[in-house]
Amino acid sequence: MTREMTGAKMVVQALKDQGVDTVFGYPGGAVLPIYDEIFLQNDIRHILVRHEQGAVHAAEGYARSTGKPGVALVTSGPGATNAVTGLTDALLDSIPIVVLTGQVPTFMIGSDAFQEADTVGITRPCTKHNWLVKDTDSLAGTMHEAFHVATSGRPGPVLVDIPKDVQFASGEYTSPKPSTSHYQPVLKGDLEEITELVAAIETTKKPVFYTGGGVINSGPAASQLLRELVDATGFPITSTLMGLGAYPASGENWLGMLGMHGLYEANLAMHDCDLMINIGARFDDRITGRIDAFSPNSKKAHIDIDPSSINKVIRVDIPIVGDVAHVLEDILKVWKARGRKTDVANVKQWQGQISEWRKVNCLAYTNSEKTIKPQYALERLEELTKKHDRYICTEVGQHQMWAAQYLDFEDPNRWMTSGGLGTMGYGFPASIGVQMAHPDALVINVAGEASWLMNMQEMGTAAQYRLPVKQFILNNERLGMVRQWQELLHGERYSHSWSEALPDFVKLAEAFGAKGILCSDPADLDDAIMEMINYDGPVIFDCLVEKHENCFPMIPSGKAHNEMLLGEAETQGVIDSKGSVLV
Amino acid sequence: MSALHIKKGSTRHSAYNLRPTFSDVQERHTIAVLVENEPGVLARVIGLFSGRGYNIESLTVAEVDHTGHLSRITIVTTGTPQVIEQIKAQLGRIVSVRDVHDLTVEGDSVERELAIIKVVGEGDKRVEALRLADIFRANVVDSTLNSFIFEITGAPDKIDAFADLMRPLGLVEIARTGVAALLRGE
Repeated sequence: MTREMTGAKMVVQALKDQGVDTVFGYPGGAVLPIYDEIFLQNDIRHILVRHEQGAVHAAEGYARSTGKPGVALVTSGPGATNAVTGLTDALLDSIPIVVLTGQVPTFMIGSDAFQEADTVGITRPCTKHNWLVKDTDSLAGTMHEAFHVATSGRPGPVLVDIPKDVQFASGEYTSPKPSTSHYQPVLKGDLEEITELVAAIETTKKPVFYTGGGVINSGPAASQLLRELVDATGFPITSTLMGLGAYPASGENWLGMLGMHGLYEANLAMHDCDLMINIGARFDDRITGRIDAFSPNSKKAHIDIDPSSINKVIRVDIPIVGDVAHVLEDILKVWKARGRKTDVANVKQWQGQISEWRKVNCLAYTNSEKTIKPQYALERLEELTKKHDRYICTEVGQHQMWAAQYLDFEDPNRWMTSGGLGTMGYGFPASIGVQMAHPDALVINVAGEASWLMNMQEMGTAAQYRLPVKQFILNNERLGMVRQWQELLHGERYSHSWSEALPDFVKLAEAFGAKGILCSDPADLDDAIMEMINYDGPVIFDCLVEKHENCFPMIPSGKAHNEMLLGEAETQGVIDSKGSVLV
Repeated sequence: MSALHIKKGSTRHSAYNLRPTFSDVQERHTIAVLVENEPGVLARVIGLFSGRGYNIESLTVAEVDHTGHLSRITIVTTGTPQVIEQIKAQLGRIVSVRDVHDLTVEGDSVERELAIIKVVGEGDKRVEALRLADIFRANVVDSTLNSFIFEITGAPDKIDAFADLMRPLGLVEIARTGVAALLRGE
């Protein structure tokens, strides 16, 4: 069915037809016609952010917590350039978002017009795909294709650049139809490779599942199938930062997160395993450490929907290109049909070995009665919030790693963090996006004070829409991770890694009409956290923590998994893979 | 404290000394990429090569299907086997790319390049240039009393050989199209 309407109306109509209920945006000259159409309707809610970067991160938060694409609407020129960080963040973490940008009218493109930027040129390397729409008749089709591309295959950010005259002009609107797009990624894995993996599962003595964000991107069915496979085989499972929640932290085969600041037992299991089953992860350098010493004796299988992820960093023996849910379903089918075999005795022995490693208790830390240790703050936060319908966002740095280590995630889509790009300033706007999608949930942004200040203007957004987002700031008055690296790698020369002019966060909260809570005594911490949870509105929780705490365990860059550092005092030099030598 | 045993003040320790373990033999591959001929598609392909640090030795592009709006980009590139595989996979995930063919591994292929070469000279050199052009089956497409423009078609190394011979005979300018290539047979 086609209908005649203006380009601006088409944009809003296409969003409705794509099931969009929330748009994060900021108006400007080149998107005024679209804003006019938004004014004239009530189906789509527009959230006015305070900076375009905030709009894109909020859309990411919305997308990660719902599995649906997030939408941001910004103006031309500076509006578009401010969106670049969010687009790149979404590209590296494979988050489906659709960013709509206004553009100067087509007849002025190339004339260095006011607020003109080559938006498709600038965003070409940081989007999965982008379009400049030059005539109104092709606008509706492009909008629908944008949603298709953002959400199919490996998800990612897309951008549609819409000149102002295209918004004003009238054209034919076409409704979304079953995609005629040429972009149709393969979902089913190759059955021969799947059978080879099943054969490996049957005979492995020391297996490990290594899962990533791809499991969550594949949808809830993938997490269910993963749980079924893990529990049926009894194989231990670890996950990247991006994949937390796909398998529950309370599950008996759970090893905890792996990687640079991952758990000792997880990293040693990766190093010593004989079969590594990578499901939807990408052998990121935060995971592998030194590549030539990465899990030297294992057969490696890699399930990924993106063929370019296969053999990009690590050579794998069993590559399976396909959607995680589809492939897991086939693996289970084949494995069951062949009699559900595993090498029970040897796997049990391997589990015993892992239990030995677990006894190292790598997350142990020295607590204090005088100052709040950041680890303690997170342990208490976990204890006091775990029964809630809870979503956690983070900024980037030490607090992010501690949050990943000390908080437990039982379900997918509950954990929003900037993994690939490591964007400081991500968490606060993301928490706004999550709260919009889940108005009654407890949404907490675990932050460092430095990251948080990068997008603190979004307090205005939280206040305006009365979003009860809890900003849990672990305030060490330092750029903690930078400081840690300077201590370890740069001779303790703390070059510009602290701020001498931090705001009074309580007063800052009050200035925005929100609640501020200051806590510096471990004895007060529980009450203060309860006060934060029970307050119906945005809260800035200024948690003054130990200033020089380092984040452990740590695989120093360029080291192998079995060269982890466990803590300040006890680990000097190379750690042997045999757990008994340790600590 | 320094848990890494790095001396205070040392700057030798980069945090990024990660080295892969793949083969480091450089290979030359001709890759044909069929793309939707839409604005910016060439920038997407070239941006991929520059953004990820791959080489382009030669690149040709033209619309080959006017009704379907499809263009064929022929790229000659060098890299280790792992890099070549990555290039193909990365090209394949560009949304406007329809098809990627590695002509170097998919079978025998025919590679042709066209060059036009201006040679300025008089007397014996002029005669010698004309004789060599005949041997290489280059055509004279323009002539003045003291210059020729030759047109030559062939594999890139044939054109290299001809250009090398023309240099002492007065080669002043050369324009090359880059490689166009097709698989042999059906």
